[in-house]
Amino acid sequence: MSKLVYLVPLFPLAGFLINGLLRKKLSKSVISIIGCGTVLASFVVSLLIFLDARQEGFETVVVNLFGFISAGSLKIPFAFQVDQLSVLFLLIITGVGFLIHVYSTSYMHDEENEHFARYFSYLNLFVFSMLILVLGANYVIMFIGWEGVGLCSYLLIGFWFKNIDYGNAAKKAFIMNRIGDLGFLIAVFWMINKFGSVGFAEVFTKAPSVPVGILTGITLLLFVGATGKSAQIPLYTWLPDAMAGPTPVSALIHAATMVTAGIYMIARSNIMYTLSPITETVVAITGLATALLAATIALKQNDIKKVLAYSTVSQLGYMFLGLGVGAYTGAVFHVMTHAFFKALLFLGAGSVIHALHEQDIRKMGGLKKFMPITHITFLLACFAIAGIPPFSGFFSKDEILAAAYEKNPIYFIVGVITALMTAFYMFRLYATTFLGKFRGTEEQEHHVHESPSAITIPLIILAILAVVAGFVGIPEVFAKDSHWLQHFLSPIFAGSEKIHQTPGADKSTDLTLMGISVVLALIGVVYAWTKFSKNPELGEPQGFGKILANKWYVDELYDAIIVRPLNAFAKFLNDVVEKSVIDWIVNGVGKTVQYSSRQIRLLQSGQVGGYVLLMVIGIVILFLVEIFIKK
Amino acid sequence: MPINYYIFLSVTLFCIGVTGVLTRRNAIIIFMCIELMLNAVNLLLVAFSKMHHLALAAVDANAGINAQIFVFFIMVVAAAEVSVGLAIIVMMYRNTHSVDVNFLNRLKH
Repeated sequence: MSKLVYLVPLFPLAGFLINGLLRKKLSKSVISIIGCGTVLASFVVSLLIFLDARQEGFETVVVNLFGFISAGSLKIPFAFQVDQLSVLFLLIITGVGFLIHVYSTSYMHDEENEHFARYFSYLNLFVFSMLILVLGANYVIMFIGWEGVGLCSYLLIGFWFKNIDYGNAAKKAFIMNRIGDLGFLIAVFWMINKFGSVGFAEVFTKAPSVPVGILTGITLLLFVGATGKSAQIPLYTWLPDAMAGPTPVSALIHAATMVTAGIYMIARSNIMYTLSPITETVVAITGLATALLAATIALKQNDIKKVLAYSTVSQLGYMFLGLGVGAYTGAVFHVMTHAFFKALLFLGAGSVIHALHEQDIRKMGGLKKFMPITHITFLLACFAIAGIPPFSGFFSKDEILAAAYEKNPIYFIVGVITALMTAFYMFRLYATTFLGKFRGTEEQEHHVHESPSAITIPLIILAILAVVAGFVGIPEVFAKDSHWLQHFLSPIFAGSEKIHQTPGADKSTDLTLMGISVVLALIGVVYAWTKFSKNPELGEPQGFGKILANKWYVDELYDAIIVRPLNAFAKFLNDVVEKSVIDWIVNGVGKTVQYSSRQIRLLQSGQVGGYVLLMVIGIVILFLVEIFIKK
Repeated sequence: MPINYYIFLSVTLFCIGVTGVLTRRNAIIIFMCIELMLNAVNLLLVAFSKMHHLALAAVDANAGINAQIFVFFIMVVAAAEVSVGLAIIVMMYRNTHSVDVNFLNRLKH
């Protein structure tokens, strides 16, 4: 079955081509069937491969499709690698991706036929790129997917490109990603230089024999790529702006594709990161700082999608913290549970936006009785992200926090504070949106209704997953050998675990840590619930809240220290260098040629004697050269 | 006689020829000067050939004869060239009623 893995990305590619090329001919129902069907087919193939891979003694399969680059001794095949990690990501991408596709058929139904097809072809291309990213058996193939998702995010964020702000948001996402991609690219070149190969198998076997300094450099550059793609400090600002795209796209970017790319890449290269402790510390601290910063910003946002966007940035920070402290399984686990509950949150938010045509939570409220299914699924997702047991987020978050505690208790403390804030802002969002009194216009109240089944069914499926997904990774404390995911992924992380080998905290410490995080999360939930269900904050924030509402002025800071100087520099180049230097050189060349040819033309006198004289002078010069200079 | 004498003689002849070509305007004189240069070279050719094969001269009376044959060829070709050249000068005279080369400045255009 694993040999057929090339089918998985092939289906979405076919869907992209059909929908993209025939967008003016197909009807909406055909487009929907092609768009969803191709992803469903990929999901089925992935599921079959997964059933293969979960059997005992499954060996990593590398499927060589064709030679991609061959230059001297460097051979880069176009190869796919099937192992436990890539299979798990295949399932997440195609599974959640499929639900989002189904959801989109209803959400985007008001679009014109042509744009509807364009939307679905982009969506399929997005899934295709992400599949290439996780399937590639070397860093170059991964880079193809890496660039592909960057392109697709640009296309989809700027889907409504007639709005100039949306176009700018798309450009911002693309440029931020490009900055990160540069780091990734340099790392790949460095690897070619040091390892003579970019294949995962070769690089990871040779990694221990390479000096730590070089490994640190390579891993840090790869991490720069990851900060771009996975929205970490300092390149995170594109993700909240990516809300410009249609809501299902946000769900796709935040849950199934794109932002998990950086986590996947680091989890894939875990052995290199384990071998360079400096990078591990950098990753952990960056993740932690991002988690905290984004959580503080999310406290004061009033746009339903912005809150979710910052919560994604914050949760991604958690994942990086997990990667940095060596809890690779925990990070991948959190990717999985996060994919479910964050997709659910975004799709729920989309359902609300679809019903109200409004994104400001201050103008919502009381939607509980209008949209029961959306309400209950959203509530479950909030519990999951807040880390309330036994919802899925609790297990994955707790695993990361426990590993962080073993590494350094300060990590744990900051992580728990972030968890408290997470619980608080999620339930602020929930309470303001769904509880209390309806604060919209009367017309909206008249129109508000539960969304159609194409929207609610994905919500229900995702809600079930968000609730139960945690049970694949029950910690040791509760039941021995019940952490199925750890067992499943152990071949991938075996090398790193051998090096880390922390003794593991004893049972009582583990339980205490869990207790602390759960109690704090519950405090956050209850406080937010009581505070915002009756009287939500409707006024403009004051003082410190204003700083948070303005996102710590990071965008303004970037604008002042990077964008504006760059613009000024470009203006200088345009006004001064272009006009007086480059133009001068170009025109000067022309004038010189004209002038000198006019002068040289005078030699052409037509006098035979003159010609002969020149000839003789030439011969004499040649003789002189021959005699005196050339010895 | 030392080879230097021959070289000086032929260089002198050649320089006279060059000077003539450069300074004179009469086509026939220029033509004669060209012949002078050709013959200067011929003289040099024969002289060098004799010098080159000097060691063999005692044994073989014909040593160095190759250059002399070469010179004959040059003379024949020069004669042929003269006939063409004179024909050109005749045509030129018919057209311009002059053999002054400075009238032939239409190459400029």
